[in-house]
Amino acid sequence: MTKKNRISIEEVKHIADLARIELTAQETKKFASELSDVLGYIDQLSEVDTSKIEPVSQVTGTINAIRDDAKEDSDPDARKALIDNFPNKDGDYIKVKQVM
Amino acid sequence: MKLNELNITQACEGLRKKEFSAVELTKSYLSHIKKTDHKIKSFITVTEDEAVKQARQADKRIQNNEMSELLGIPCSIKDIINTKGVLTTAASNILKNYVPVYDATLISRLKKEGTVMLGKVNCDAFAHGASTENSDYFTSHNPWDLERVPGGSSGGSASAVAANQCLYSIGTDTGGSIRQPAAFCNLVGLKPTYGRISRYGLISMTSSTDCPSIIAKRVVDVAIVLEKIAGLDQKDSTTINKKVDDYQEYLKDENIKDLKVGMPSEYFLNELNVEIKEAVEKAIKKIESLGATIVPISLPHTKYAVPTYYIITPCEVSSNLARFDGIRYGYSANGTEEAKNLLDVYTKSRGKGFGNEAKRRIMLGTYALSSGYYEAYYLKAQKVRALIIKDFKDAFEKVDLIISPTTPNVAFKIGQHSGNPLEMYMEDIFLSAVSLAGLPAVSVPCGFVKPSDGEKEMPVGMQLIGKSFDEKTILKVANVYEKNTDWTNQKPKD
Repeated sequence: MTKKNRISIEEVKHIADLARIELTAQETKKFASELSDVLGYIDQLSEVDTSKIEPVSQVTGTINAIRDDAKEDSDPDARKALIDNFPNKDGDYIKVKQVM
Repeated sequence: MKLNELNITQACEGLRKKEFSAVELTKSYLSHIKKTDHKIKSFITVTEDEAVKQARQADKRIQNNEMSELLGIPCSIKDIINTKGVLTTAASNILKNYVPVYDATLISRLKKEGTVMLGKVNCDAFAHGASTENSDYFTSHNPWDLERVPGGSSGGSASAVAANQCLYSIGTDTGGSIRQPAAFCNLVGLKPTYGRISRYGLISMTSSTDCPSIIAKRVVDVAIVLEKIAGLDQKDSTTINKKVDDYQEYLKDENIKDLKVGMPSEYFLNELNVEIKEAVEKAIKKIESLGATIVPISLPHTKYAVPTYYIITPCEVSSNLARFDGIRYGYSANGTEEAKNLLDVYTKSRGKGFGNEAKRRIMLGTYALSSGYYEAYYLKAQKVRALIIKDFKDAFEKVDLIISPTTPNVAFKIGQHSGNPLEMYMEDIFLSAVSLAGLPAVSVPCGFVKPSDGEKEMPVGMQLIGKSFDEKTILKVANVYEKNTDWTNQKPKD
């Protein structure tokens, strides 16, 4: 980790693009400074010697959890309830904008 | 005593002795919510009709002499836990209209016990915060001083229980979100071991530390609820097939003489308010006088817990919140004039639907996980996390439990930290390490302090941290302490 973690406006725009979030010009400016502050604070982790440490991604120590490969009846109301949640639909289909 | 001022044990006894019915009990809470929630602001949704229906069913079961401590007991649920057919917003605009098609496992289990759900309570949107000020709807108020926050993210859960609007509440604790509000509102809040209670049906925030958690008025109330919802669930592969202890039975044993309590020096340093330090030290002396042995210990990587947490959390958040795209449910920009193509629908739905803190965390996480930065941030944080876990492992070679303050300060005023995310993150200073290590911890009331910026005395909490899956020992010590002090009996004035 380097001390050079000021985030530019251009970088914020690039990250927003990756994250699929539209930001206003004001938000872009604000995040450039806030993210820089937070990253600056996080920089203190570089003090810790982790050269011989294995990373941890979960704490339970379980490896695989397998259930029986058996049929389970689904909730008969679920289909309609799911469709009711569609913000845009045509009959029972989700309507989206043209991709190509 | 009014019906809505009871604790679970008292309410359960009254129901069994037919002193009142579940419908009467439920209605007393519903009318109290109506009377008080304009100033407390705990609830996003009150499910009045459904609650009365559930209470009627409970009365029938009580008539048939069914026995469950939660039968007919009214509760509230944090609005980040899926409830079938009942609006579940995560206190966010993007899920303003989301109605889940299934119940979280813990909800199914509570329904089976016959508990009564009064409604869904406020939190920071997607549980991102420590005050409910990040709710996209409104801020909940602390019943001890309405100008102050109830804590967060499970702030609505805490304000509802403290204001006698329900008997207990289920929240979540990812980095302190049940323990800190419990401390701020003079309540008992338990974050169980990671894997003890199923996460199935939670709207995920940080999958590797999210824990469904319980907040109530007394230790035994928390123990009762834990017993009912804990245990293996095939729908959450991180739950563990381990016996759920008979906590209530265990609490009957009040001998703590053989227990060694660790007092970590790093948790009693400068960041801590002096009066809170004194209150917690006094509480530890009390526990010593009740028979336990106090052992000074060290958790050397404590100061790195918050920075580690604030890398791991945004990374997991950015991944978990990717599912909200305006296509299948929730707020959608599709159909608005500005959204010309599919990409617009994504970026505009998310741009408009997410609040400030959600955006900040998604942005930070996306950055930290992006090409070229992954090793410097996420991988580094996962390695420091290993060291934090090792600190606890080493300490638990010498002691049975660890005690610390829950928070460095009492509840702060609404608006005090809202301009500064880093200040808000520091609220988690005593809480994050426990979450990163997946350990169980309970916050119990241990005193009152008058803050320098106010007239009203505010509650102080003490955190008891246990070994993995050893909820029973921390609950036992908390219970003995509670019984030998008077803090939990103190109530906010109306």
